[in-house]
Amino acid sequence: MSIDSQSSTDRPLSTIVATDCGSTTTKAILIEKIGNEYRQTYRGEAPTTVEAPFEDVTRGVLNAIAEIEELSGRKILDGEHIITPSGSGGNPKTGVDLYISTSSAGGGLQMMVAGVVQSMTGESAQRCALGAGAIVMDVLASNDGRLPHEKIERIRSLRPDMILLSGGTDGGTITHVVEMAEYIAAAEPRPRLGMSYNLPLIYAGNKEARGRISEILGKKTALTVTENLRPTMERENLVPARNKIHDLFLEHVMAQAPGYRKLIEWAGAPIMPTPAAVGLIMETIAKKQGINLIGVDIGGATTDVFSIFHGAFNRTVSANLGMSYSISNVLAESGLENIMRWVPFSIEEQDLRNRIKNKMIRPTTVPQTLEELQVEQAIAREALRLALGHHKTLATGLKGVQQERSISDVFEQKGSGQTLINMLDLDLIVGSGGILSHAPRRVQSMLMMVDAYEPLGVTELSVDSIFMMPHLGVLSTVNEQAAMEVFVHDCMIYLGTCIAPIGLDKAGERCLDYTIALPTGELKGTLKFGEIRLLPLGVSEEAMVHLKPARNVDVGAGRGETLERRVRGGVVGLLLDGRGRPLRLPSRHEDRVSLLTQWHQALNLYPASVPPAIVAGETTQGKR
Amino acid sequence: MAHSYTPGLTVTPWSVITKKRILPIPGAVHVQDGESVSSEKVVASAELPGKVHVINVVNQMGIQPEDLKEYMTKGEGDRVEQGEVLAETKPLIKWFKSSVTSPVTGFIETISNSTGQVLLREPPRRLDLFSYIDGRVVEVIPGQGVRIETTCAFIQGIFGIGGETWGTLILASESPEEPLNARQLTPEHAGKIVIGGSFVGADALQRAKAVGVKGLVIGGMHDKDLRALLGYDLGVAITGTENIGFTLVLTEGFGHIPMARKTFDLLRGLSGRKACLSGATQIRAGVIRPEIIVPLTPEESSRREDRSVLVKEGAKIGDPVRVIREPYFGRIGEVVALPSELAMIPTESRVRVMEVQFADGSKVVVPRANVEIIEES
Repeated sequence: MSIDSQSSTDRPLSTIVATDCGSTTTKAILIEKIGNEYRQTYRGEAPTTVEAPFEDVTRGVLNAIAEIEELSGRKILDGEHIITPSGSGGNPKTGVDLYISTSSAGGGLQMMVAGVVQSMTGESAQRCALGAGAIVMDVLASNDGRLPHEKIERIRSLRPDMILLSGGTDGGTITHVVEMAEYIAAAEPRPRLGMSYNLPLIYAGNKEARGRISEILGKKTALTVTENLRPTMERENLVPARNKIHDLFLEHVMAQAPGYRKLIEWAGAPIMPTPAAVGLIMETIAKKQGINLIGVDIGGATTDVFSIFHGAFNRTVSANLGMSYSISNVLAESGLENIMRWVPFSIEEQDLRNRIKNKMIRPTTVPQTLEELQVEQAIAREALRLALGHHKTLATGLKGVQQERSISDVFEQKGSGQTLINMLDLDLIVGSGGILSHAPRRVQSMLMMVDAYEPLGVTELSVDSIFMMPHLGVLSTVNEQAAMEVFVHDCMIYLGTCIAPIGLDKAGERCLDYTIALPTGELKGTLKFGEIRLLPLGVSEEAMVHLKPARNVDVGAGRGETLERRVRGGVVGLLLDGRGRPLRLPSRHEDRVSLLTQWHQALNLYPASVPPAIVAGETTQGKR
Repeated sequence: MAHSYTPGLTVTPWSVITKKRILPIPGAVHVQDGESVSSEKVVASAELPGKVHVINVVNQMGIQPEDLKEYMTKGEGDRVEQGEVLAETKPLIKWFKSSVTSPVTGFIETISNSTGQVLLREPPRRLDLFSYIDGRVVEVIPGQGVRIETTCAFIQGIFGIGGETWGTLILASESPEEPLNARQLTPEHAGKIVIGGSFVGADALQRAKAVGVKGLVIGGMHDKDLRALLGYDLGVAITGTENIGFTLVLTEGFGHIPMARKTFDLLRGLSGRKACLSGATQIRAGVIRPEIIVPLTPEESSRREDRSVLVKEGAKIGDPVRVIREPYFGRIGEVVALPSELAMIPTESRVRVMEVQFADGSKVVVPRANVEIIEES
């Protein structure tokens, strides 16, 4: 089967089936045009079949689609073929118009990048690879502190799927980038999958060095030359290299993985690495709505963070921050104390450490007790916080750029390469991944993100309902309208808005006075420091808020300045966070537990008592 | 609803397994299809490219990169001995002569007139790929490696550290509940694979190292002792390359957890036999668990040849299971009910559950995801 490639809406699409082939699960969704709108109607999933004994990714895809067939009553498969177009044979409940897919199976796209100066071309190359959806295994640079033989050993031992080499501005010196090429050639790098082909290498550096690079690397790698990703110090040009990464991902990497040749043939649009597709849909939303956005996808092994601030897109992946396979690493990176500060009870260190390791080695288990859930959500807060920290260090302006300075700049001592992430300018946080999407109460997802990210001023929060952002990302390349409609109606669950004034004072002191025109009537009150409140403001409801902060408090309009604006509700509501920014928790254990308990009660965060009849953990013969 | 799909670790006295033994880079295969091999047999080998040394000749001699080749006494591909002159100036007065010598014996890989660097490569190193298990070669993959099949007793652990090894199994604990203490490890255990009971602590781990055991199989340990053993906090469960002096396999997990009776009894019955052990663990896509493989004699192998292949079809009522998460972590019981509807657990999540009865007669409800079937052989 094959579906003719379509680059745009040149053919009416009424039924679309999309899959995301993840490391463990292949998720399929059906999108149908109902009336004038596209809606996601059915979903199915099946284990991914890249590994033995199947070693054919299409088996899992067919199984996931078969589940949709069963649920929807639509005949999509004819044996091992996808029937196209919809309405085939005159039956409106047969076939689909388009099949599309993303993939992160087999560990996704793993790349090594190299530049000349670590903080300049090294960082630009890293941003380029990350934006293309890759996991960056290492960044090599002339000044990375490693000796030449250490660099060579490292390149040899890594076995990436692809290398991106950059370095030097166009017309600048070629010596250093040629030197990096010599190291790569000496290492004789081998690809991760397969023995029989040369490792793909993209050269996106000084164009004057192309001849020498071809001489050095042409025979030892599958070399592709593209435009310099940093043609001048002041400009990054990441798109050509990013496109080349996607091409090579399909041509070389995917083609080596079992069954992918068939999958590529089936798909009506190029198969994208999953994170690239997620990034694309986030970029589309931010652009369409003219907002600044942070998106996070916290998985079992990795946490991806995406941001779009004033049109600048950035993605980072914290390869070893996750909630199952990498859960121990969250503990290692954050430290026990940082995790424990979110836990509203006492637990022995040894016990906690063993529990975390047991989760790592048996990643599919779920918390059965409330305490276990609270510990996992505490770890999630730290994973989210650390991943955003990583993101802030890479989502920066260009470093090494000469800037004209005014007198005020001199006093502010701002250098180049400042982070682009300004939490006060942030409009929306989108959370995704099991711990956020499947929290038993939505308010738990909201508070996890608020605690981890400490949004400032007024910020909306949402979660992805069933992780369909990858599907919608790739759909947006074919039909942006369909992708946006499904995103707004079926993918996003708006949690509500958080109002978090900036400032600190003693608990009980006035933080701000508020007047909120809720649909049920006007609500007036005073938010005090140390307190958190949740007001009802439902899905699709909006309210006008009038916020008058205390003299040294800023809610977005400046210290002590009144802010008036509309805010949107959600399944949780309107959160007034008077805990102060930066958020500080008492160091004394008893005080901290008491304060956390107070906050949790204010938000009705956890059940006060365990539901009786169905309580697991009690004997069914009665309590013993 | 009579089944649930719950993965379990294999513990069986009879199994046919196949190991793919593949070189990291192309090389030569030294065995034939159908050949019998033992663990220590080198089935394939490759020449690993030698270490590269970078010498910035132009900096040392104060010359320009584009002139480098004029000063070189050797060309690309030439062999050089340690201390041999690589490049030298040719002044009129001998006193002003300067030269650069080779720090190693090897070959000249490249002479760069762009960077002025000379890259020397040491001679290649031979990498031998051992059979690791006793068995029969069932497939030769030319230039890459082989597949070896063996009939064996096969036990998967839950977590391990350290690479492949082999040796004689020896029992050090009397029961699966008994922790292994340092005093129980004696010089008699040197070079052996030691079977313990429920737990190993820091002192016994140190003792195991001092005595020189080749492997240690145990129910559980504390995370803090693992950290002390490795010298760092293991963040991600990808192991197998650690160098701690022996290979360690946990059969149950972290904490004091008695080894499953079935695992312990099987290992006890195999005491004195040769076992092949690997601590390699990878808990991501393509899960790898640590393993203990005890090759069977031809007589033992043939005894069970009519046995049908074990099909992992999920838990059924009456199956023995182990709970793998708090609050019943490590407890072993029997499935007594598999309700099909979702049930709310104390976290308020609605999940599929099963009812499990423990040996003391008490029954509990646990999420199916938190249970592991103890597979029957």
